[in-house]
Amino acid sequence: MEQADYIVEMNNIYKSFNGVQALKNVSINLKKNEVVGIVGHNGAGKSTLIKILSGAIRKDSGTILINKSPVDLAGPKVARDLGIETIYQDLALAGNLDVTANFFLGNEKSRYFFLKNNSMREEAKRVLQELKIRIESYTVPVDFLSGGQRQAIAIGRAIYNKAKVLVMDEPTAALGIEETRRVGELINQLKKQDVGIFLISHDIHDVFDFCDRIAILKNGEIVEICRSTDVTKDDVISMIIKGAR
Amino acid sequence: MRQISIAGLIALGMTFVIIVRGIDLSVGSLLALCGLVGAVIAKGGLVERFSVGANADLLNPWYWALIGSVGIGLLAGALNGLCITKLRVPAFVVTLGGLSAYRGAALIVSDGGPISGFDDAYRWIGQGKIGEVPIPVIIFLVFIILCHIVLRYTVYGRHIYSVGGNPEAARLAGINTDLIITSTYIITGFFVGLSAFILSARLNSAEAVAGMGYELTVIAAVVVGGTSLFGGTGNILGTIIGAILFGVLQNGLVLLNVSSYIQQIIIGIILILAVAFDRFSKSTRQV
Repeated sequence: MEQADYIVEMNNIYKSFNGVQALKNVSINLKKNEVVGIVGHNGAGKSTLIKILSGAIRKDSGTILINKSPVDLAGPKVARDLGIETIYQDLALAGNLDVTANFFLGNEKSRYFFLKNNSMREEAKRVLQELKIRIESYTVPVDFLSGGQRQAIAIGRAIYNKAKVLVMDEPTAALGIEETRRVGELINQLKKQDVGIFLISHDIHDVFDFCDRIAILKNGEIVEICRSTDVTKDDVISMIIKGAR
Repeated sequence: MRQISIAGLIALGMTFVIIVRGIDLSVGSLLALCGLVGAVIAKGGLVERFSVGANADLLNPWYWALIGSVGIGLLAGALNGLCITKLRVPAFVVTLGGLSAYRGAALIVSDGGPISGFDDAYRWIGQGKIGEVPIPVIIFLVFIILCHIVLRYTVYGRHIYSVGGNPEAARLAGINTDLIITSTYIITGFFVGLSAFILSARLNSAEAVAGMGYELTVIAAVVVGGTSLFGGTGNILGTIIGAILFGVLQNGLVLLNVSSYIQQIIIGIILILAVAFDRFSKSTRQV
C-alpha cells in the first residue's frame, strides 16, 4: 500500500470506559477515493472508534493524523471543521424540525443573528436534487419522512459541508432494498469526488458491495485489515466470530 | 390584563425552558426574593428597610432597585442552569431545591415582614399608564414581540428548538447544548426579576410570601398554550393565549364567587388535562 495519500491515520488508539477496555492499540487508516468497512460484533468497539474520529468522545491515548498533520479532536465541531462528517445510526436529525433546518443544523446561514430561511431552503433543495433525492415538502418535520429520506438528508448535509472524510454508522440498517441501493449509489458518487469513507455495518453483503478494504474488530482489537478482493465472506465471518480465518 | 402581565412575563421565559425539555419550579420563590432585594436597595440597605411611609424619600432611585431585582434573577437563573448542565442534576430537582432555598432567602431578607412605601417614580412602573395602557402591559407587549422574534427568526431560536427536539443530534451538530440550556434559565431569571419589580411597584410593597404558587400558574399557562413538556414544540403566541386564558378564568371565577380553594383545584385539573391531551395527540401522530 502506498504511504503517500492517507487522509486519516489513527495510530495506537486506546480507550476505556469505567475500567472496561473498549479499544486496545487500534490503528487504522483511510485514503481518498476509498471505502473502508469496519465490521465486528456488538461491543467490538466499532462505534467507539468512529465516535473518537467524529469528536463525540475522546481517546485515552494514541495519535490521529488528518492529511499528515496531528490533530486533537476535542469536539464534534473541531472534527467537522477538519472535514470529518459523520452520519449516525440514529441519524442525528432533530425530528421536530423541517428538512431545511436539519440540513443546516449547527451551521445556519444568518445575517445579524437572523436566519436566512429562504436562501437556506433553496440551497438545501439544490443539493438534494443534485443527489436525485426526492422530498415532497421541505417544511414538514422530518419525523414525518421515511427512513430513506432521512438518511438522504443526513448524507446530503455531509456532502454540502464538503466532507473529505465521511463516517457512516449502519447507514442501511433501517432501510429497504431499494433505499439501500440508493445509498450504495451515493457512496459510489462520493468516492468519485475524492471523499474517503468509513462504513460501519452489520451487513456482510453491504460491506463486500461497497468497500475496498475491510477492518475486522473483535473485543476492541483489530483482527485484520484486508482488501475485500482478497477474502471471502466466510473468512470475514469467521474472523468476526473466532478472531481468526 | 395588568394581572396577566406579571405571570405572563415569567411565562415567556418558561416557554424557552420547557422547549428545551426543562422545567423551572423556582420562579415563585425567586419572584419574592427579587422583589425584596429591589425593595431593600430602594430603601438604602437592610437597616433602613422598615422605614415605612406612604411616600417616603428613597435612598436609591427606582432603577437601582430594578437592576438589583433583575440582577438577582439573572444570577439565580445562571445558578439553576449550571447545576442542571454541569452537576447533571435533573431540572425538576434543582428548581425544586430552588423553590425552597429562594423562599428561605426571601424570608431572611424581609425578616418576615413586608417592605413597603416607595416613591412616585417607583410606583409609576407598576401603576402608571401611557394613554390608556398600563405600563406593565406595555412592557409585556414589548417582550412578547422580542421573544417571538428570537424564537422564530434567529439562529439562537433555531438551536433552542433543536436541543428540545433531539439534544444528542444538536450536540453532534456542534451546538453547545449546555450553554443553550443554561441560557433558558437565565432568560427566565431575567423575567422573574423584571416582573418582581413590577409587582412590588404595583402593590407598593414587597413581601416574602409573594408569588406563592406562581410556578404552577406559569407552567400551566405555557403547557395549555401548546408547548410540550416533552420538548421541541411550542411558541410564544400559544403561551400568551394560555396566560390570557388563565387570567380570564381566574377573574371569572372570582366574579362568579367561586372560592379560591376550588380555583386551585380547577387549575390543577386543567394542567393535567393539557398534558394528557399533548400525550394523546403525540401517540396518535406517530405511526
